[in-house]
Amino acid sequence: MNKTEAHITISDLTMAYGDFVVMRNLNFTINREDIFIIMGGSGCGKSTLMRHMIGLKTPAKGKVLYGDVSFWDADSEEKERLMRRFGILYQSGALWSSMTLAENVALPLRQYTNMNEQEIGAQVSLKLSLVGLSGFEGFYPSEISGGMQKRAGLARAMALDPEVLFFDEPSAGLDPVSAKRLDDLILQLRDSLGATVVVVTHELASIFAIGNNSVFLDPETRTMLAVGDPNLLLKENHDPKIQNFLRRGAAEKP
Amino acid sequence: MSEATINLKRLPGEILAIHLAGKWQLGKDVPSAGIVQAELTAHPSAKGIVFNTDGLSFWDSSILTFLVDVMKLSVTEGIKIERDGLPTGVRHLIDLATAVPKTEDAQKSVVHESVLSRVGSDAIQLVKSTGELVSFVGETSVALVRMIKGKARFLTSDLWLLIQEAGVQAVPIVSLISFLVGLILAFVGILQLELFGAQIYVADLVSIAMVREMGAIMTGIIMAGRTGAAYAAQLGTMQVNEEIDALETLAIPAMEFLVLPRMLALTLMMPPLVLYADLMGILGGSVVAGMYGIHLTVYLNRVITALNLYHLSIGLFMGFVFGVLVSLSGCLRGMQCGRSASEVGNAATSAVVTSIVAIIIATAVITVICNIFGI
Repeated sequence: MNKTEAHITISDLTMAYGDFVVMRNLNFTINREDIFIIMGGSGCGKSTLMRHMIGLKTPAKGKVLYGDVSFWDADSEEKERLMRRFGILYQSGALWSSMTLAENVALPLRQYTNMNEQEIGAQVSLKLSLVGLSGFEGFYPSEISGGMQKRAGLARAMALDPEVLFFDEPSAGLDPVSAKRLDDLILQLRDSLGATVVVVTHELASIFAIGNNSVFLDPETRTMLAVGDPNLLLKENHDPKIQNFLRRGAAEKP
Repeated sequence: MSEATINLKRLPGEILAIHLAGKWQLGKDVPSAGIVQAELTAHPSAKGIVFNTDGLSFWDSSILTFLVDVMKLSVTEGIKIERDGLPTGVRHLIDLATAVPKTEDAQKSVVHESVLSRVGSDAIQLVKSTGELVSFVGETSVALVRMIKGKARFLTSDLWLLIQEAGVQAVPIVSLISFLVGLILAFVGILQLELFGAQIYVADLVSIAMVREMGAIMTGIIMAGRTGAAYAAQLGTMQVNEEIDALETLAIPAMEFLVLPRMLALTLMMPPLVLYADLMGILGGSVVAGMYGIHLTVYLNRVITALNLYHLSIGLFMGFVFGVLVSLSGCLRGMQCGRSASEVGNAATSAVVTSIVAIIIATAVITVICNIFGI
């Protein structure tokens, strides 16, 4: 990773639900091909931050920049062009329950490309086989296990070969082995597709295994406490809250 | 010995020894801390409490609540407690329970609002929900215009499936209900008409009532409970499941992809269902007429003379309006649904209530308008 071109820049972002401010003064940069971790305790606004980055929630103040383009100031066509380059894996998979896996993966392709049915079918099979689900094209989401739903969600997120992949709690609800396999898959995808990856998680094993950049959100001060490689944060940052988080509370005792 | 017992003894040096014995089990009759309190009130000179649990054969949380009460008592009375006599497990659990002091402000406080402020906040809520309704109608219209221009994004296969669900699959229940409504109308009517020897006019009564009002109203109410509630529950579950987010982030508007086909399906299917319900109602009436000796041909002849195109078109128009109202309330409540399972239930309930109220109000408005124009 020699490239350090800034891909996503969060500038002076304030997130709020009505009058209730969740986080303020967020400033950080995600470089191309980073695996960027958004971490912090439960309920601190990690997923909310992601929702601001993918266009589901308007910031109370501040900007989300993709390259030089400010997402929330762009017109709807520009927004659509940016969103087309996103691949998002939601916490619960969020597969459309009335459609089969193949139809789920095919919908983004139908929406954004002029491919014919045969090409779409080939793409769908390829994407499903990448996540180890080939042969499950005709299944409905309710007919497969939670881990498989997550992988199918990933296949859908990858349908359009996105530039940015967002993961909301990818390993939540997965057993350790499946979680590890998902981590490996994320690494491989980054390396082979050259995508920038943004992961919301509080799973320490994943954080250290895949992250090369991160932001730590603190619900008490309602802002971020640190930015940087989680492995370096563990060694060099002396903020007790961060140490406590990264060491599973082991730093709590004096 | 299996029963839980407590024995209080006085030891030298103003020490109260509490002997706990037997089987302390939840749900069984166990002594309360009141006994200790009574003892302390009777002999206020006690300086310390010790425990003896040699005879204790079994214990669970029941002994813990007892001991916690005793400890609270000792704090208020200023008595020192020696816990050495307790089983190790009990001591650890009491440590755990007393480790974190009670969080006073975590208790949900019940705020009593004055009547005035409640009326005020309800009024604000009403204005807000009206605004939401108006913007929802607006968004639906925009989606409809886009569909007419051929730009709307939805799956045609979805639309056909929804049409099937809202149309053919509703036929059995619509048959049953409208047949019975026709039957009931005829029964009620013929009993009165018989008094004047005008039984034959039951055909007029049933056919006009069914075709003009009852066919549409009954079908509307059936569809509100059947399809409107289903729409609210489907969209609500999709909201909970982040499926709607997943659509939005693909720049596929949920209004076009989910709401539009549902509204189209129900609105298109309502008039044919109403027509069918009218026929079933008239058929129901004919059964009663037959029982009172009116021949089927005579009955049908009377029906044909009684009905005209105005009656039919008003009924079908009402069916169309109810289709819009029911699917609108179903989709609106579904899209407004929050992110929990109980919210989905609320959305379905509220969709049915909204639909039925809307149907009745619309009926009243249409009937009054028809009256004014003398149709």
